[in-house]
Amino acid sequence: MSSLLNTARPPAFCPGCAHESVANVIDKCFGNMGLKGNQIAVVSDIGCGGLFDTFFHTHAFHGLHGRALTYATGLKMARPELEVVVIMGDGGLGIGGAHLLSACRRNLSLSLFILNNFNFGMTGGQYSSTTPSEAQVGSGFLNNLERPLDVCQVAAGAGAPFVIRRSGTDKNLAEDMERAIRFDGFSVMDIWGICPGRYQKKNKLTPRGIDEALATLPPAEGPVKENIRKEYGQAYRETASSQKASSEPLGIGKSFDPPEPGRREVVILGSAGQRIVTAGEILCLAGLTAGLKATQKNEYDITVLRGASNAEVILSSEEIGFTGIERPSVIAALGQNGVGRRRKLFESVDRDTLVLQADGIEVPETNATVRRIDFEGQGIKSPDWALASISLLANLNRVISPEMLKSALETRFKGQSLISSLELLDRVEMNNPT
Amino acid sequence: MTGFFLTTYSQDGEFDMTQCLLEGNEAIARAAVSAGCRFFAGYPITPATSISNTMLKLLPPLGGTCIQGEDEIASIGYCLGASMAGLKVMTATSGPGLSLYSENLSFAIGSEIPIVIINVQRLGPSTGSATRGADGDIQFMQWGNSGGLPVIVLAPVDVKDCFVLTMHAFDLAEEYRCPVFVASNKEIGLTRESIDLDTIEKPEIVTRAAPPEREPFLPFGIPPGRMVPDFLPIGGETLVRQTSSTHGPNGYITVDPNKIGGTRQRLKDKLISNVGRFSYYEEFRKEGADTLLITYGVTTRAARDLLHDQKSGTKPFSLLALKTLWPIPKALIREKAREVKRVVVVEMNLGQYVREVKRILLDKEVDFFGQMDGKLITPGQIKEVIDHV
Repeated sequence: MSSLLNTARPPAFCPGCAHESVANVIDKCFGNMGLKGNQIAVVSDIGCGGLFDTFFHTHAFHGLHGRALTYATGLKMARPELEVVVIMGDGGLGIGGAHLLSACRRNLSLSLFILNNFNFGMTGGQYSSTTPSEAQVGSGFLNNLERPLDVCQVAAGAGAPFVIRRSGTDKNLAEDMERAIRFDGFSVMDIWGICPGRYQKKNKLTPRGIDEALATLPPAEGPVKENIRKEYGQAYRETASSQKASSEPLGIGKSFDPPEPGRREVVILGSAGQRIVTAGEILCLAGLTAGLKATQKNEYDITVLRGASNAEVILSSEEIGFTGIERPSVIAALGQNGVGRRRKLFESVDRDTLVLQADGIEVPETNATVRRIDFEGQGIKSPDWALASISLLANLNRVISPEMLKSALETRFKGQSLISSLELLDRVEMNNPT
Repeated sequence: MTGFFLTTYSQDGEFDMTQCLLEGNEAIARAAVSAGCRFFAGYPITPATSISNTMLKLLPPLGGTCIQGEDEIASIGYCLGASMAGLKVMTATSGPGLSLYSENLSFAIGSEIPIVIINVQRLGPSTGSATRGADGDIQFMQWGNSGGLPVIVLAPVDVKDCFVLTMHAFDLAEEYRCPVFVASNKEIGLTRESIDLDTIEKPEIVTRAAPPEREPFLPFGIPPGRMVPDFLPIGGETLVRQTSSTHGPNGYITVDPNKIGGTRQRLKDKLISNVGRFSYYEEFRKEGADTLLITYGVTTRAARDLLHDQKSGTKPFSLLALKTLWPIPKALIREKAREVKRVVVVEMNLGQYVREVKRILLDKEVDFFGQMDGKLITPGQIKEVIDHV
């Protein structure tokens, strides 16, 4: 039988280390399967188990502590035909816990072999996530206060469809490894072994002791019936291939002349849910129909449907540099939250600035020209106030013209939304000046 | 000394073109796909999330992969795996996520794994302000790795730069086998802007070099006259080793001080000695001006406005807008500052890049203005700094 063992770099573990015999079993498993080295990638991380990538004539990827599953995921997604075998210790298991849970939930066909020897061998025998509470290890009393983790129960609970727990001395280990590798989905093997260099110093663990301890745990014998499902990579590729290709961004050419020359700045101050950002976008699209340059900045809270929502739009016949707005042509005051964020803006403007003030919204003292709008009296609901405000601008030929806005609405909306928005443009009015 | 103008400032008001609206983040995603990126992994974070969202629309129909990691560590880990399998990869985040990238960033530097990292900066420190802009990670991107070796950081000004520089970022990652950052900012990433995509001059696409047929393949062997190892993918016919440990040309751990030292020096030199080949910038030179304003990122937009505002009454100044921040384009900065007495650096932080400018231009008077309050620096603020003697 062929061997993939790298004879130039034989395992060099402490005498009696379980890792060495497991390395030979892994090689036997590869041989039994008839795999060639270039059909396999061994992915390892840090600790004594992190030496495994050097033992075999296979592809190899050695990375940071606990992250082996992440590299393996990238490899397997890119190269589905590759057998990706991940070697981690109980140390990597603990630090990489989030990655283990994620791999169990995802079910990509990786084979995870956990070389579980109940402590951090390489750094002096500190306690790991699997150290028994009663063990005496290099972490003083700390492990006495915590419970060890049974990775098999965790993995099965997280959705792993193949979970197996074995002693490293089990005579059928190579066959079980083969079952794990052949399994079409994520497989986890918890392989218990003795660390003679560290753990064994103060804890008398024997192969028989391991067998006895294993016998007390719930069985983990391979396929987990309730977790069996389609392999992630295959499911991903099938789903992806049915996705519609994304369209190119819509290009808009110049069809109209803008009603005003130069740079015009519009600030829409409102509340979440008032479709402020959408109104800003439509204003930009309208600008594009006149060949103007446009920028839009939005300010909103992380919460949805609550808090301030402001949009700042600049339309200009020249290249737009600074995207901030200091002296807007128009301020639409539609929500108290948004106005509250920009009170200073009202102080800095003069009568050339038009303020569209929704009835019911208070604005700070200002020298701007203020026009009030009774949206509710016109049967216009709050989510349409922003759209209604830019419709008013169009009707006034301020910043944009009605033609520009109509064209933008036709670009952005379809069906009933388009009909309603065009109708809004026709009927919205300002209150009579008082 | 070579350099590259990325954008030209249009002085005329005629725009006979077809424009679309794109935010910076979307432009980055589209550029990545244009550059051949076929693997993206990221973890949701404001203000970078719309890059993931766009990649999720673009990649799967092309046969590519876009996945959401369980955290940022996993996201960049997935990318490193996929990159070593031969794909062009990208991830995107903001400050808090960049912190989690650190260990794998160091890995990608030391083990020469090509990756493009988009950092849409937000106001820090820490979780800071998710929806406020800043350029607070300028030193962090360069020095946030263990070992302290160089990376490449490109800084876009606008949507057009987001597109062009992201394509350059992929080319550089492939050519130099290293992480390349695009240092965006909430104020660019989430700002929607009109752009005529037809006017973008796309750079030629570069792909990591494969070795000539020779045996045996050494995954970190350096061909004569080159500074970067050839690449073969993990999973191909020839066996490939990758390791985060200090390795020799064969990809196995080495304890030979000559090999260790030689490789570290090469990792530094391959970028530092070649920065002249990718020192991107834009420049507006004013004859007789004795002040040079140096900016980067979104602040350049305010600087351009001030420069072109005939009525501002500002003292004459020239503008150097850097688009390659790291490695520091020293020769470029020295050349552009040669004829001025005074240099003014303005940035959206409390003084990061100005440290570099000061130590490069020891014979100049270097003044600084910075602001970190979530607001853009205005043309008026820059004018005050320039006029203040």
